[in-house]
Amino acid sequence: MRQFRAYDHLQDWAGRLYRQALVQAPKDVVLALARTRDREKGLAREIMELVVNNIEIAEANDTLICQDTGLPIYWVKVGSGVALNLHRVVEAIRRGVEEATRRFALRSSVCHPLSRQNPQTNTGLGVPVVHFEALEDGDYIEIHALPKGSGSENQTFFTMLDPAQGLNGVKQFVVESVLRAGPKGCPPYVVGVGLGGSADLCMWLAKKALFRKIGEPHPDPEVAALEKELLEYINQLGIGPQGLGGHTTAMAVHTEYAYTHISQNPVAVNLQCWRGLRAGVRLYWDGREEVVA
Amino acid sequence: MRAFELEPPLSEEQVRELRVGDRVYISGLILGMRDATLIRLLDHGQPSPVNLQGQVVLHTAPNVRKNGEVYVPLSVGTTTSARMDRFTRGLLDLGVRAIIGKGGLYREDSLRALQEKGGVYLAIVGGAAAWETSKIEAIEKVFWEDLMPECLWVFRVRGLGPLFVGIDSHGGNLYREILVQAEAKLAKLKELWER
Repeated sequence: MRQFRAYDHLQDWAGRLYRQALVQAPKDVVLALARTRDREKGLAREIMELVVNNIEIAEANDTLICQDTGLPIYWVKVGSGVALNLHRVVEAIRRGVEEATRRFALRSSVCHPLSRQNPQTNTGLGVPVVHFEALEDGDYIEIHALPKGSGSENQTFFTMLDPAQGLNGVKQFVVESVLRAGPKGCPPYVVGVGLGGSADLCMWLAKKALFRKIGEPHPDPEVAALEKELLEYINQLGIGPQGLGGHTTAMAVHTEYAYTHISQNPVAVNLQCWRGLRAGVRLYWDGREEVVA
Repeated sequence: MRAFELEPPLSEEQVRELRVGDRVYISGLILGMRDATLIRLLDHGQPSPVNLQGQVVLHTAPNVRKNGEVYVPLSVGTTTSARMDRFTRGLLDLGVRAIIGKGGLYREDSLRALQEKGGVYLAIVGGAAAWETSKIEAIEKVFWEDLMPECLWVFRVRGLGPLFVGIDSHGGNLYREILVQAEAKLAKLKELWER
């Protein structure tokens, strides 16, 4: 077991990943957007040309793709070969977010839920949101940032179906949810679907699904087939880019599952807007680093 | 396809001329507002520090850097209008003629108000802030700075567009057309699942 030592490094990376996710679209997202553009006609194509052009402008000017700096969400995977002080990890991420907010004059999009007072730091009680996951092996930790925009996060859906409603009930709920979201969350979407677990786990699974690259189906063929089927149904709706009509309402459906109770059939839907923002790095116990997203 | 270059303040006649499907490009001064700004203006009834007659409102809260007394726009983009739907009639009552937003307006009362008062909803491509910022020349004035970043912003823009007429003042509504078709499609799929 190696003692993790790179907390300063982690703080630095937490801030860098936050900003990087806002400025640079992941390669798989850029590719999917270009494909969507090529497939569309008329107004939808005009919109997608502007979307692709916007990503180029952001990269060239080193500026944000979208003005929404989001709610900073981090997913930290911890290798079983490292000993880690979790409190120091959370503190390092919080400081990293605050530092990036100051340094790059990022809009603070975070406020107290009752007073609505904005601390101007993009942090507060419970924010950044940090999820931990234990890995089977590895002498490193992986830190993934997903500053979630409110346009898409506000389009979040959850239900506890009956087991008798089965898989058809799941399909109906997912497609209905995307229709309810309609143009409001900046389509073309990546649709995150959580199946099973408890209510809280199910919701996290839907969010976790958004960290996956577009074009990477679920490793379980049965789940992958469901993802493909759901995507076909969703793209029959014709909502299209920005909800102004077109073939592509979603670029991908990503599903994650967990076992659930015999009397439960939970389904969660969490949408990602077209910019698909995420960034990640692997930090080894001794400070070596490797970009992973 | 028709394209219009407009400069606020807009007249009722100019707005009534616009139809769903038209493209609009705006130059001159426009106002930035969103949730907290509109709550103060319309729920708390605080008088607007600027004349709203004929004005164009953009649903936004930007990223800015303060340079002395001047705010420099770093990233200005557009937020989801549906959250501020409730304030549509109130804005039109105060003289606003056009709302630039993304995702559309849905309340029956908002849609009626656009028709009655002569207002238009202009769709901008949401999330495309890097592009949108390139059309912003300067932040001319800022009011209600305590609401940062949800202040009342006055932007000077040049050729802001293409903006797509999403909802016009004659009952034309591109969002509704698309969603009615989507609902019909969903109804068909449901038959498949409920069998």
